[in-house]
Amino acid sequence: MSAAARSAAPALDVARIRAEFPVFDRLSRGKRLAYLDTGASAQKPRAVIDAIAEFSGHSYANIHRGVYELSALATQRYEAARERVRRFLGAAEAREIVFVRNTTEAINLVAASWGRANVGAGDEVLITEMEHHANIVPWQMLCEERGAELRVAPITDAGELDLSAFGRALSERTKLVAVTHVSNVLGTRNPVRLLTQLAHGHGAVVLVDGAQAAPRMPVDVRELGCDFYAFSGHKTYGPSGASALYGRAKLLDAMPPYQTGGGMIASVTFEKTSFAEIPDRFEAGTPAIAEAVGLGAALDYLDTVGLAAIERHEAELLVYGTELLRAIPEVRLIGAARDKIGVLSFVVKGVHAHDLGTILDQEGIAIRAGHHCAQPLHARFGVVASARASLGLYNDREDLDRLAAAVRRAIAMFA
Amino acid sequence: MSELRELYQNTILDHNKQPRNFRVPAGTTCHADGHNPLCGDRVTVHVAVDGGALRDIGFQGSGCAISTASASLMTEAVKGKSIEDALRLFDAFHALLTTGGEASEAIGKLAVFGGVREFPMRVKCATLAWHTLRTALGGKHETVKTE
Repeated sequence: MSAAARSAAPALDVARIRAEFPVFDRLSRGKRLAYLDTGASAQKPRAVIDAIAEFSGHSYANIHRGVYELSALATQRYEAARERVRRFLGAAEAREIVFVRNTTEAINLVAASWGRANVGAGDEVLITEMEHHANIVPWQMLCEERGAELRVAPITDAGELDLSAFGRALSERTKLVAVTHVSNVLGTRNPVRLLTQLAHGHGAVVLVDGAQAAPRMPVDVRELGCDFYAFSGHKTYGPSGASALYGRAKLLDAMPPYQTGGGMIASVTFEKTSFAEIPDRFEAGTPAIAEAVGLGAALDYLDTVGLAAIERHEAELLVYGTELLRAIPEVRLIGAARDKIGVLSFVVKGVHAHDLGTILDQEGIAIRAGHHCAQPLHARFGVVASARASLGLYNDREDLDRLAAAVRRAIAMFA
Repeated sequence: MSELRELYQNTILDHNKQPRNFRVPAGTTCHADGHNPLCGDRVTVHVAVDGGALRDIGFQGSGCAISTASASLMTEAVKGKSIEDALRLFDAFHALLTTGGEASEAIGKLAVFGGVREFPMRVKCATLAWHTLRTALGGKHETVKTE
């Protein structure tokens, strides 16, 4: 999204938005909840909670199986949610959307199915130094199994991908590039469109981990040009259990099943099974039906708020929070990318992240403390653990003021 | 804030800043590594066992205030004790943290960890060094994990 389009987006009415999230009706440790852990999982708006309850109470049955009214209705709602995800990602066809539990499962699906069919001895898979474990370990396992090599494109001290090193790491041996759209620790937004063009120039397929990007900005997979795009429903203000993988139809069509069993077959005899068309081929067993409907409701909700407005809101808060934390001499921010979004990770001299997490919790402030499933990245910056405040559409300056004040109190306590 | 002061008592803050026995003792006979994968805390406990007693003990590593102070206070508490008494003390310490039993007299200074009980997510921080000690005394050179 261009800066001009961002600034044209209306400002968010945070008070009204908070009123739409029942969690903010409760106090945390007797105080107004400052929820700064949306990067781990987002809170749910009433629209999502109601949609799941309504569907479960009035329209529920298993899908694609029954011939009766309820089953037809449930199937229709489930497929409408798929269409909703298609629109959210700007995909060409609904059959390019596969429902999965989470981003981790989406990446595992691609590694197990596409990976085993296309990556062999001597081939390479290229990832980056800023990946979440979910975008490292499946490729590591695949490479080990196939005798392929896992290559890692380095990042700079500011936490940006080293583009020239990335370019040099690409070759005709590169079969797949797996890269995060937005880093869950650094907040760095990668130039995915450019990376995809570079990778395609070498004939490599591109998978984008969109877990942190999808809730924070408009995404259009056709504009990005990537081949696979995965995001988590629960980070996108939907329920846990329903997430999506986008895959270019041509690639999905040629891929073998991931899990096998019911719902993904065309016909079964004891001698041979033929598999269903995409996307059913990749959805063995009864899926998270009500949760998929809830995800559809979450995407509707994000539409009414406007992703461009959310992007601008979080960008403003990020600048504000960065200034507050920079003013504290004991704080070292991790990640100073020029294009940064949604996430503030930091370490505090003299205060371990875990102790900080406990102290902030006592003030009703929820942050993440630890390695955030990115141990190699933390090693790159020479720290074992960090504190992470991640933003959502319901955060405001007061949340960040309280964060900074509590960090100062923790420093005083441990001095 | 009062629960927080109860958790981070002055003794704990002091042992975090200046850990005691933060060293490898001479004549070490056994050691073990402890790791809390959730927060990245790592501790190595070294013991010099002599005639069934912990003649000397030290630790190294890095972690949060609770785990560092716990390791430090543990080394003071078990130094000179028989292996049996040291393990019995671990049981009493564990009970203090989890079941909420009154601190027995034997537990002494370790009673400062009573506040951890109100923070279930932090119990593993306080017990990491102790689990590691038990492994070291058991002679198994494997990494202990608490999560």
